[in-house]
Amino acid sequence: MRVLVFVKATEDSEQGRMAPPELLEAMGRFNEELVNAGIMLGGDGLKPSSYGKRVAFDGPIRTVIDGPFAETRELVAGYWIWEVKDMDEAVAWVKRCPNPMFGPSEIEIRPVYEMSDFDEIMTPEAEAVHERVRQKLEDR
Amino acid sequence: MAADEARRAVEATFRIERARLVAGLARMVRDVDRAEELAQEALLIALADWPKSGVPDRPGAWLMAAAKRRAIDGIRRERMVERKHAEIARELDQEDASAEAIEAAIDDDLGDELLGLIFTACHPVLSRDARAALTLRLIGGLTTEEIARAFLASEPTIAQRIVRAKKAIARAGLAFEVPRGADRQQRLASVLEVIYLIFNEGYAATAGDELVRPALCEEARRLGRILAGLMPDESEVLGLVALMELQASRLAARTGPDGALVPLPEQNRARWDQLLIRRGLEALARAEALGGANGPYALQAALAACHARAGRAEETDWPRIAGLYDRLSEEMPSPVVELNRAVAHSMAFGPDAGLRLVEAIADEPRLRDYAPLRAARGDFLFRAGRFEQAKAQFEEAARLTRNARERAFLLARAEACAAGVG
Repeated sequence: MRVLVFVKATEDSEQGRMAPPELLEAMGRFNEELVNAGIMLGGDGLKPSSYGKRVAFDGPIRTVIDGPFAETRELVAGYWIWEVKDMDEAVAWVKRCPNPMFGPSEIEIRPVYEMSDFDEIMTPEAEAVHERVRQKLEDR
Repeated sequence: MAADEARRAVEATFRIERARLVAGLARMVRDVDRAEELAQEALLIALADWPKSGVPDRPGAWLMAAAKRRAIDGIRRERMVERKHAEIARELDQEDASAEAIEAAIDDDLGDELLGLIFTACHPVLSRDARAALTLRLIGGLTTEEIARAFLASEPTIAQRIVRAKKAIARAGLAFEVPRGADRQQRLASVLEVIYLIFNEGYAATAGDELVRPALCEEARRLGRILAGLMPDESEVLGLVALMELQASRLAARTGPDGALVPLPEQNRARWDQLLIRRGLEALARAEALGGANGPYALQAALAACHARAGRAEETDWPRIAGLYDRLSEEMPSPVVELNRAVAHSMAFGPDAGLRLVEAIADEPRLRDYAPLRAARGDFLFRAGRFEQAKAQFEEAARLTRNARERAFLLARAEACAAGVG
């Protein structure tokens, strides 16, 4: 299964305080472990939300909001995409991660929807599209 | 509830460490069965200990030390009758003298041991099926039940296969080492073959338990990435990784809601997994940068990459595909490659180009009764407007195929030829 692993922001990360060399090194080693275990598909660190923008939707209206955003603890400072066997494995890996921030911090793991999750919510319209493709194949 | 959670946490950590643990132990006791037992015993000790004391900082080293102590105890209990065991016990005791040294050695690098175990599980003395089952068991950490489900075989069959494979390894006196020198490339080819076999078991599945078999693709891709981490300079390992990532990128688009296969030109390309495509293209670029562009896996990956790069089926670079098949047919000649090469040439340069190539191989004894060849030939003839000859080929193909659905399709094409003539 694929999971998205979010490193949550802190006051420090929002202020753009750079991690000390020891932490960068420890993170580098952790990333190497992830690669060697064959579970790492990608990931990156994010700039503070002061560089970010939001687009708010309300009916047909689109409003652009400039960062920084207030609710620091809900913001994301970085992410990985992993492929693991189950959530237990993802949790075991996250526990091995060095604390990515200066103070207390949080990492959140979210499973990505898989094909099989959609089986039950296939709409009649989607079914019809698939059926058309199938028909086309049989006509060939 | 809390106890259950603690147990699951220990087991998850154990699963992460298991392959390296078994690899280190197998190298030490020269017995893969015993190594698995020792690893299991270490898990039991951890299950008793960690919920109280917490997961240690270096769980791999901790488990290894626990397993080693069990190994020494076990050997002592046997009263060191055999000289060989006495030697091993002495060695273990010496190593045990410095716990720190063990820790450093274990957590930092059991890579060589793990690679040795992979090469052993994929040793050519074992049958292909045995190699695949053993690799999934030892490196992938799958249970016998999971392997049985993946291969649509019964559990006793797989259990038996694994037991026999372990015995064959013991009989052959394999040392769990990474081969050096002349036979290294050949042995590596055997490893890659096993991983690709596992991938294809999952990928070629159109029936059966759909949830399990994509998992087999995932397992093979993970094995490939682990191998690429252990052998970063082997271009064919990267070629295989690229091939699997690129093929897996199409998994979601490859089957319709009824489970039927959707052929490549008809697939909804919006459902192709762009992350896997990017990873595949990167791995291919690295394989090529290492000078491995003509390796069989790198060439197949390059073929898959041609499709991955085409936003729409009509944008497919067929001349490039035809050129890649020319090279592949030199590197890895096979009837299937020749046939695909003919199809690619027909797409790139017209039906006559395809016909020339397919007629050159049509009389090969192995291909005389090969339905896909007849069908392709029929298709080229049809597109060239030679309907009567095309009809004969489609009818012949329909006679040769064993698949009812395919037969109906081929007969329909034969009829369309008759309409063309009329």
